[in-house]
Amino acid sequence: MAITSPDNRLWWKEPIHRIELAWIIIAFLWGLVMFFTMTFWHAFGQQNLSNTTYKVMPQAFAAKAERMAEQYKVREELGIPVVHPPPGSDVYLIGRIWMWWPILELEKGQSYRFHLSAMEYSHGFSLQPVNINIQLQPGYEHVFTMTPTDSGEFGIICNEYCGFGHHTMASRLYVVEKSTARSTQE
Amino acid sequence: MSKNGAASGADQPEAAERIPFWQRVCDNPFLLLFIGVTVPTVFYLIWGIMEIAQIPVAP
Amino acid sequence: MSATPQYRVCPTTGLKVFGATQALIKANAVAAVVFLAVGGLFGLSVALTRWPDVHLLPMDWFYLALTAHGLDVLLCWIIFFEVAVLYFASSVLLNCRLAAPRMAWLAFWLMVIGGVLTNITVLQGNSSVMFTSYTPLQAAPNFYLGLIIFAVGALIACGVFFGTLVLAKDERTYEGSVPLVTFGALTAAIIAVFTLASGAIILVPTWLWSLGYISHIDPLMYKLVWWAMGHSSQQINVSVHVSLWYAVAAILLGAKPLSEKASRLAFLLYIFFLQLASAHHLLVEPGVGSEWKIFNTSYAMYLAVLGSMIHAMTVPGTIEAAQRRLGFNKGMFEWLRKAPWGNPAFSGVFLSLVLFGFLGGISGVVLGTEQINLIMHNTVYAPGHFHATVVTGTTLTFMAVTYLLVPLVFQREIMFPRMAKLQPYVFAIGAGGISLFMMAAGTLGVPRRHWDITFADSIFPYQIPSAGFLMMALNGVCAILAATGGLMYIVNTVASVFFGKRTGDAPVKTYAATPAQAMGRPVVADYGSAGTMYIPGTIVLVGVFFVSFVLYYYVNWKYLAEVWPLR
Repeated sequence: MAITSPDNRLWWKEPIHRIELAWIIIAFLWGLVMFFTMTFWHAFGQQNLSNTTYKVMPQAFAAKAERMAEQYKVREELGIPVVHPPPGSDVYLIGRIWMWWPILELEKGQSYRFHLSAMEYSHGFSLQPVNINIQLQPGYEHVFTMTPTDSGEFGIICNEYCGFGHHTMASRLYVVEKSTARSTQE
Repeated sequence: MSKNGAASGADQPEAAERIPFWQRVCDNPFLLLFIGVTVPTVFYLIWGIMEIAQIPVAP
Repeated sequence: MSATPQYRVCPTTGLKVFGATQALIKANAVAAVVFLAVGGLFGLSVALTRWPDVHLLPMDWFYLALTAHGLDVLLCWIIFFEVAVLYFASSVLLNCRLAAPRMAWLAFWLMVIGGVLTNITVLQGNSSVMFTSYTPLQAAPNFYLGLIIFAVGALIACGVFFGTLVLAKDERTYEGSVPLVTFGALTAAIIAVFTLASGAIILVPTWLWSLGYISHIDPLMYKLVWWAMGHSSQQINVSVHVSLWYAVAAILLGAKPLSEKASRLAFLLYIFFLQLASAHHLLVEPGVGSEWKIFNTSYAMYLAVLGSMIHAMTVPGTIEAAQRRLGFNKGMFEWLRKAPWGNPAFSGVFLSLVLFGFLGGISGVVLGTEQINLIMHNTVYAPGHFHATVVTGTTLTFMAVTYLLVPLVFQREIMFPRMAKLQPYVFAIGAGGISLFMMAAGTLGVPRRHWDITFADSIFPYQIPSAGFLMMALNGVCAILAATGGLMYIVNTVASVFFGKRTGDAPVKTYAATPAQAMGRPVVADYGSAGTMYIPGTIVLVGVFFVSFVLYYYVNWKYLAEVWPLR
């Protein structure tokens, strides 16, 4: 029994029944399939988080974001600039207690190089309702390329606990059609 | 069971030889402890710490 | 220590139970139940706050309760109970006195002091940093100190376990290899050593940081090392509750492993690879590369999942084989229909097996897939997953085992047997519902650890789909059900332990559904003999499990493929 020593002193030499053996082989192969699905997706899939990260001082990161906001600001909402950077450019988003800064306005179908970092605590970038969730750490600049494929108004909420104001930390992200985008810039 | 036990007691070296390698591994808690601590320490902790330590400074 | 220590022979199992071991198992089990009661209450208040229409607690109390809930149930309840299991699996199952009972008492008191200190510190209100206490969030120094003391105590308890293994071998109290259940407990103890050592490595500097002696703790490094404790501690649970599944099948039904080799191989795979899964928490983290993520999150090519899938067949298989030998041989499922469903030890274990496998296991692998994690990370899907593993898996198993522990170790009768009969079902439905509805809410984007998903105080409120609110409400309802089940368990256990009728030297009959199923039956099912193994019911169950697994896995890849391209 399972609560007594094995009856057979040399239990390793016992054959495993073919039903059990078949299951072990199936389970092993399934593991390999899952493993290679993950690696396959890296080569051919569209949704992979990049490995690019830099160490950065929070103030230095904030300065880069402010420079971008100054250059491409199109309007303000409740005191927070709405920024419309050119397609393909670097866009910066700061997570700090308890807001996201600035508000980004992007064009549908265009790629942007995102730079995310947190100022004091860790924050969680959670883009809704797309449901893309990426972690921010203070002192680290997380860089990846993202291509919005839907237009409209999206929510960015924080899903990493960051103190007593955590539940108020929410912002917006606009994705506009290319034509409207041009008219806004003119 | 007792028969096996007696046999191994009387004829220790030979009996010990016949125990398969993997069974001897399973019967050695401290070897398992060593493996069980080393594998995650090397692959998870040390590898992970090296990755973080090698992150470049922002350009 | 006396050379001829005191022991009694258990009338039910024929095993020697030494006085010191018995006292220590009792003490650790009682402490465990106390922490479960406290932690469970915090958990209920959290779930009721997250039910948007109830919204029970004010904001600061919510984050405080959530911190305490995690600490009390994930750490204290579970590790205290596990220490009791370690002493049982070494001293009782090996018929050997416990090595160094004084050290074991030291371990116990350290764990009590550590657990209480951390709880008090959390209740003082300046340490609502969650169970994970990610730096730079800072708790009061005693928060970390309590955890360190607790971890040291638990490490000493593991040392006593290893010492007892050595003692039993030296004194030749058993022949050949240790029992399978002891091997499973050994797996747990090994993982515990890595877990607790990692905890000490990261919490000691964090404690010094909170005292002001160290200026900076790197948040990424902290998170990496912390999860070597935070996640591996849940791998201790898996090893322990799987061992207990085998133990309960053996005690109640006289069941025998289909193959010692296959079951031990599965535990061996746990020892080698299970702890790598700490990487599940860093899949969308900056700074750690994809090679590291893929290798670790897949437990080195899913070899630990292989271990779990082996258990997924061998545990129900041993039960089926045992039942068939007892005569329940009609058709495919008579063995299951006529299983002792009225016995809470059996029903609890079987429900736990099913819920852990289907809800916890499958969701864990999916959530731990590097890219799929992008659409689930830190949503309430994650707590949904681990409530399936830790609550319907570990906690339900521990509850089931308690119904054997009380008569066998405390030598008391269960005071309210009818309540005991019902309890596993109530708890399983409640806890299963919690897991399911949180996972559903997570796929709708509901964040975890969040006081107010209406974003009423936010300048740019985001409107979560109403289905998300419905799921969180259903989660609240199920939490009430689970709490009822938990209360039934706690009341019954405490009443039985302190006021139950003493069983004396009579063998326990209460929880062996029929005398034929009682412990001590001749061995059921010959293993390894190719001609005799007949487990068609299990094959069907395992087949259903496998198909669900494959389907759910690829459905989530499809969901992932639909979100915005990222690279």
